[in-house]
Amino acid sequence: MSEAPIAKDGRPATPRVSGTPRRRLPDLGPLPWIGPALLLIFGVVLWPAIEMLRTSTLDISMSGISRGFAGLENFQNLFANPELPGILIRTITWVVVVVGVTILISLGLAALLNAAFPGRRLVRWALIVPWAASVVMTATIWRWMLDGFSGILNRILFDLGLIASPVNDWLGTPSVAFIWLMAVAIFVSLPFTTYVILAGLQSIPTDIYEAARVDGATGTRTYRYITLPLLRPALLVAAIINMINVFNSFPIIWAMTTGGPGFQTDTTTTFMYKLAFRFQDIGQSAAMSVVNLVVILVFVLFYLRVVDWRRA
Amino acid sequence: MVTTPLKKALLTGAGALVAFFFLAPYIQMLITALTPKKELYEIPAQYLPSRFEFSNFIDVWSEAPLWGYLRSSLIIAGFATILALAVAMPAAYYTARYRYRGRLAFMLLVLVTQMFAPTALVIGIYREFVTIGDIIPAAGVNTYLALILVNAAFNLAFSTWIMVAYFSTIPVELEEAAAIDGATRLGVLRRVTLPLALPGIVTATIFTFIAAWNEFVIALTLAQSPGIHPLTVGVTTFIGQYRVEWQYLFASSVIAIVPVVILFIVIEKWLVGGLTAGSIK
Repeated sequence: MSEAPIAKDGRPATPRVSGTPRRRLPDLGPLPWIGPALLLIFGVVLWPAIEMLRTSTLDISMSGISRGFAGLENFQNLFANPELPGILIRTITWVVVVVGVTILISLGLAALLNAAFPGRRLVRWALIVPWAASVVMTATIWRWMLDGFSGILNRILFDLGLIASPVNDWLGTPSVAFIWLMAVAIFVSLPFTTYVILAGLQSIPTDIYEAARVDGATGTRTYRYITLPLLRPALLVAAIINMINVFNSFPIIWAMTTGGPGFQTDTTTTFMYKLAFRFQDIGQSAAMSVVNLVVILVFVLFYLRVVDWRRA
Repeated sequence: MVTTPLKKALLTGAGALVAFFFLAPYIQMLITALTPKKELYEIPAQYLPSRFEFSNFIDVWSEAPLWGYLRSSLIIAGFATILALAVAMPAAYYTARYRYRGRLAFMLLVLVTQMFAPTALVIGIYREFVTIGDIIPAAGVNTYLALILVNAAFNLAFSTWIMVAYFSTIPVELEEAAAIDGATRLGVLRRVTLPLALPGIVTATIFTFIAAWNEFVIALTLAQSPGIHPLTVGVTTFIGQYRVEWQYLFASSVIAIVPVVILFIVIEKWLVGGLTAGSIK
């Protein structure tokens, strides 16, 4: 027994391996080690996914009892739902605007936090707060700040002369409410995105900038032709993870408007929840969930193409 | 790079503005939590109350079932963290050390799991636990066990991924040297491997705890009786009353947020690598 632990694909198990751990640590196979993890993933992630698919094809009563196979009826009901077109348009707007604006602002924030100045550490800590805090609680303080009568934002905007009256029901007016919901979603997405881009910036070797400076490149040209191209992997990762998170986002809309008035600030995620737990239409809700799941799977496939996940 | 004093001052000014922007809602949260009840509903709102009602932070414990919410959050987040770590650690260790059949498939499964928030599967999760509850009531809807299992499962991926990264950096020679010195297999793990992987383990622990502490949609769905409501669901029950007791709602929120912000700052520098799993370069 003198061979190194060579894997089936011929690569060593870990970097700098010289002996064989298998000799002294008896190999019982992977199952005792990864079995519990598999059990948990299969039991609590895959089972619900399969259950959801199954439910989408069942005729479920208001009380949750199955009355048999329904074929594609739930999907037909969903696609015939008059609320759906508006919700789809809002969902696309929600993802595109929130992720797009988040990334643009984060590029600026990351550049700032990458520069050296006194107190930089404190600014980074301030950025942590919306990331660590419960999103429901963050959304709830925004809801209170946007209160039509006693909200502080009415007072601030009125004192600045930006609004004519100190009473404005921001969250009761669907189009205005949706803009505020997107603003809050951007607010809570910025910390993570900024940190990912910051990590990307810090991975760029400084001698590249030295070389550019020697060649006489100006600040904006350096950013455009050196920083941005080298940031591409970090930006892609940040964009896709954000798309999944924002698409899945539930607490902001739920805590601030519950998707109302009516369905006018719902996205497909809150709509799915409402169908099941407000309207007891489990079948149609499962159909909506399956559509959502397919969208997320597409994002995940993009992510897997972008990242080099086999390396770790 | 040359930084002039003027540039430095401008950067500091911009930094202060950014910090204020991100903290402002939480400052407003604290101010509201300290506002006397009578002054909450003034039109227009006052920037500051006439005095700070510090007793709000004492009264909230008796005015709202805050102890119960806190206990539920601690039970759910605490046990979910223990379970996730207990399951992720051996999987991560083995995956980092050995190239076994199905290793890539396992890593792919973990990565895909990480991409899935429980929100996307909430209908399926609800129906699963209704079914389980019909057979084993102690693990059905409206039990701590169900909430612990879901939180552990959805945070397993992050823990596994970050610990694989840490275990991979520990040279096998170190473990072998300890084994030659007579350490048992468990002794090697306990005295060599785990201490060296400590930053990864701490990061996984804190991150899982915070994620479970902040989890909302599953608790909203599965925790139906107020007795097991965690803080995130508990605070939303303040709303829906005719006059919302915002001061108590936000006093509870401040109590919920402060500890996790401190924990988050502790693990800040290790986070990005784990959250962008698969892209660590």
